[in-house]
Amino acid sequence: MNNVFVYIEIEEQTIADVSLELLTKGRELATTLGVKLEAVVAGKNVKQLAPELAAYGADTVWVADDEIFAPFRTLPHTAVMVGLIEQQKPQIVLFGATPVGRDFAPRVSSALHSGLTADCTELVIGDHKDAKTGKEYTDLLYQIRPAFGGNIIATIVNPDHRPQMATVREGVMRKEPQATPAAGEVREIDWRPMVKDTDLAVRIVERHIEERKIDIKGASIIVAGGYGLGSKENFRLVHELADVLGAEVGASRAAVDAGFTEHERQIGQTGVTVRPKLYIACGISGQIQHTAGMDGSAMIVSINTDPAAPINKIADYAITGDVNEVIPKMIKYYKQNSK
Amino acid sequence: MEMEKITKIVVLAKQVPDTRNVGKDAMTPEGTVNRAALAAIFNPEDLNALEMALQMKDRIEGATVHILTMGPQRAADIIREAMFRGADGGYLLSGREFAGSDTLATSYALSCALRKICPDIIVAGRQAIDGDTAQVGPQVAEKLGLPQITYAEQLVAIDDKQITVKRRLERGTEVVVSSLPAVITVNSSAGECRPRNAKRIMKFKYALASSELAAATPEAQKFVAERPYLQIVEFAAADVDPDPSQLGLAGSPTKVKKIENVVFQAKEAKCYTAADADIESLMVELISSHTLG
Repeated sequence: MNNVFVYIEIEEQTIADVSLELLTKGRELATTLGVKLEAVVAGKNVKQLAPELAAYGADTVWVADDEIFAPFRTLPHTAVMVGLIEQQKPQIVLFGATPVGRDFAPRVSSALHSGLTADCTELVIGDHKDAKTGKEYTDLLYQIRPAFGGNIIATIVNPDHRPQMATVREGVMRKEPQATPAAGEVREIDWRPMVKDTDLAVRIVERHIEERKIDIKGASIIVAGGYGLGSKENFRLVHELADVLGAEVGASRAAVDAGFTEHERQIGQTGVTVRPKLYIACGISGQIQHTAGMDGSAMIVSINTDPAAPINKIADYAITGDVNEVIPKMIKYYKQNSK
Repeated sequence: MEMEKITKIVVLAKQVPDTRNVGKDAMTPEGTVNRAALAAIFNPEDLNALEMALQMKDRIEGATVHILTMGPQRAADIIREAMFRGADGGYLLSGREFAGSDTLATSYALSCALRKICPDIIVAGRQAIDGDTAQVGPQVAEKLGLPQITYAEQLVAIDDKQITVKRRLERGTEVVVSSLPAVITVNSSAGECRPRNAKRIMKFKYALASSELAAATPEAQKFVAERPYLQIVEFAAADVDPDPSQLGLAGSPTKVKKIENVVFQAKEAKCYTAADADIESLMVELISSHTLG
């Protein structure tokens, strides 16, 4: 009882990365609290996923296996989560801040009348004293998230309601299997009494899954490469850095024209306009045609061999050096210093 | 005699500070955001929601579109804005009791007002730019016991019993059918809102909420009294019969423990070389300022 729950999201019969990231974090939280980590999965033929969930630390794997749970629909998944939480009374429940998690976690929180903090970037166990009543709480979940368009960082707590619930974006937390797998004991959820006929009110009539498409407009971090990279092979470094940082890849027109990457990635007057939280310009000189599409970025890092490159006029951090040397170092020191 | 049924569409909208355009004027000398200096705007995705609601109205004979917003008196501005673009009117839910609401308390207050309004369809933007939580739509749906369709991108079909919507998934789209009433939340990838209409501006520019009307000149009061379409309905907390323990700060399960202002760097580049020590100190700085990770 009062364990840590993680909702497991299934994408085309595989476990979403964010769910494994949450298990890794959930394992850490459960160990700190001295409780168990339990995974909850609803879908079709999902029982077979238990060993993988155990490898990431799940002591228990709760399973609701039926066609009505796949593909995901809000109401049946809500009914099962609410029913199981009422029965098992976990103290913490974590969801991915994916379209699925952000769709139904709020509904679960409303049904249970407990708080939900969206898009957390950090989760920590700590104590809390209510400033007004002076009441003290031990071992609460600090839910840390950016707010106000990223202009503030807020720490949210849920002192008096259980469970404490949070969603976390994909790529924010580390994903790491445990040295020794947990028990991963499979338990069937008795879901039939939980799901009502009215929970089937929404029908899916058509479904179209696309190849992962390029979304530089929506990215909060962009690593962009320019002509300075020199070749299509070197441009791969930009992708490597982006992968590590959970970023999207952009490019200058010169890099696109030289055939280093696809046209969809072009940023600037004749491409896409972006305003991410962080823009890393690799080997981009900073012609106005390019900067017009990215000078609204909250923070700009430039890497260029020429200290007088125009990009440095709008950069917050200017690294003078060869991208082929600097990018591998950025990857190395990011990995060494991130959580 | 049988009354012809009017389909009531309500759009949940919010007036928000324009967090996307934090200019120099909005910065304090310490490099933090002065929230009061940000312009108050119509939450962008709520405009996409308004457009989808107006498209529903276009397809259903005699349907009406009204805005419901919770906020201070000045939030009536977005109701007028919506009227200029095609909405029939609106409701302003306003009162000190609502101050400090988290998403759950907000959803509860809105659901109380919606029980009074009895809409057939509720449409909302996916999320507001001041919080980016995307919680209020689904929570309102749960409080009212209604199905929800999130991330709607395109209205496919609608009649008085059901709605068909194309919605965006993480990778791809799906078309879903829901019975009505239902709550629909709309993505920014849906159609842009139609612009203001000059005739509608002339017609609705004097629309006022009750508290604004009380402060207006006797002439303005008389003018509005003679024209019911200029009266924006204003609900105080007591008008929507809430359980007071579920309102405002007291009704909010989540509490803000701490706020840290993100300090922005002045635009003068810090210079680094390609040396290991330089790159490491840059990465550490980006991580500790929450720019990365």
